[in-house]
Amino acid sequence: MQRTILDQLQADRAAKIPVVLATALKTGEQGLLYLVGKQGARLWPPAVAEAARAALLADRSTTIETEAGPVFLNVFNPPLRLIVVGAVHITQALAPMARLAGYDVAVIDPRRAFASAERFPDVAISTAWPDEAMAALRPDLRTAVVTVTHDPKLDDPALAAALASDAFYIGSLGSRKTHAARLARLTKLGFGAADFARIHGPVGLDIGARSPAEIALAVLAQMTQRLRQQSPAPAPELAPEPAAAPEPAAES
Amino acid sequence: MPDLEPEDILTRAAAWKGEGRGVALATVVTTWGSAPRPVGSQLAVDQEGRFIGSVSGGCIEGAVVQEAVEAIADGKPRLLDFGVSNTEAWDVGLACGGKIQIYVERLE
Repeated sequence: MQRTILDQLQADRAAKIPVVLATALKTGEQGLLYLVGKQGARLWPPAVAEAARAALLADRSTTIETEAGPVFLNVFNPPLRLIVVGAVHITQALAPMARLAGYDVAVIDPRRAFASAERFPDVAISTAWPDEAMAALRPDLRTAVVTVTHDPKLDDPALAAALASDAFYIGSLGSRKTHAARLARLTKLGFGAADFARIHGPVGLDIGARSPAEIALAVLAQMTQRLRQQSPAPAPELAPEPAAAPEPAAES
Repeated sequence: MPDLEPEDILTRAAAWKGEGRGVALATVVTTWGSAPRPVGSQLAVDQEGRFIGSVSGGCIEGAVVQEAVEAIADGKPRLLDFGVSNTEAWDVGLACGGKIQIYVERLE
């Protein structure tokens, strides 16, 4: 590998830019390929660039066959991120679980009593309002966004920002009734059925979760399913049974 | 919080190179069956055979390191094929065998 390629690859990784290192296994020729434009793509056949894009989206390195022989596509995706809106009890379980699963976790809650370092050791906490905090965090294809406050003032702007982003997973805690009211409010903001299909609500896989830790587990499992199986988001009416999302009374 | 992330192989390889050592990278490029490590897994090797990372969970690292040291010397990339026998696969915690292909290249 040429040192210039390694240096560029390292710079891209530090800047959290998704990149593929393509290697022609017969000749040793190498180059970097990106999701959007940038240099490099023209050096490879379109089929390689397309396969590189697919590999990035699937987060899976692979070797493809081309007319010029096999080409290895090594995927370097930025770390997974989880943004949780609401520094509640479920979040205290979800944050460490998600970190074990490889996520960089950020928690947003302008209510300082909730968003204390004491409750969330080693987690990046923002006490800005969710719209500002989301604008700063800029969720991307490798980001999951979960809202857990039940408070429209906090959840709604975060959901609006998440829907405007490429976030691969959006989840929102709340009963069916709460979720229906939420979608009605989002409709007024100009969102529609295609957006709502992206929101997992009631949140989490239906595993009968009851405690905060169990609900966190259901949410992380659903995030994983979305990430790894790339199944289409369930239509709202087909959403799984609620993962026993308690109303906020348990929280305060 | 335990750190479950593997040590960053490329960063270490770049650092070794910066120290003036000869360095090669070995990367799993294809797997068949239940190979012990996924495609993209890497090993960095220096000219004295020191290495970090893994490409198989232990069964073939010795052979890969040897090839890597030779690649550092002659500069030629190599494509290596390994079959993981049932016995070896059992040793690394797998129920059945697999095959892996590994690309070895010198860091220039």
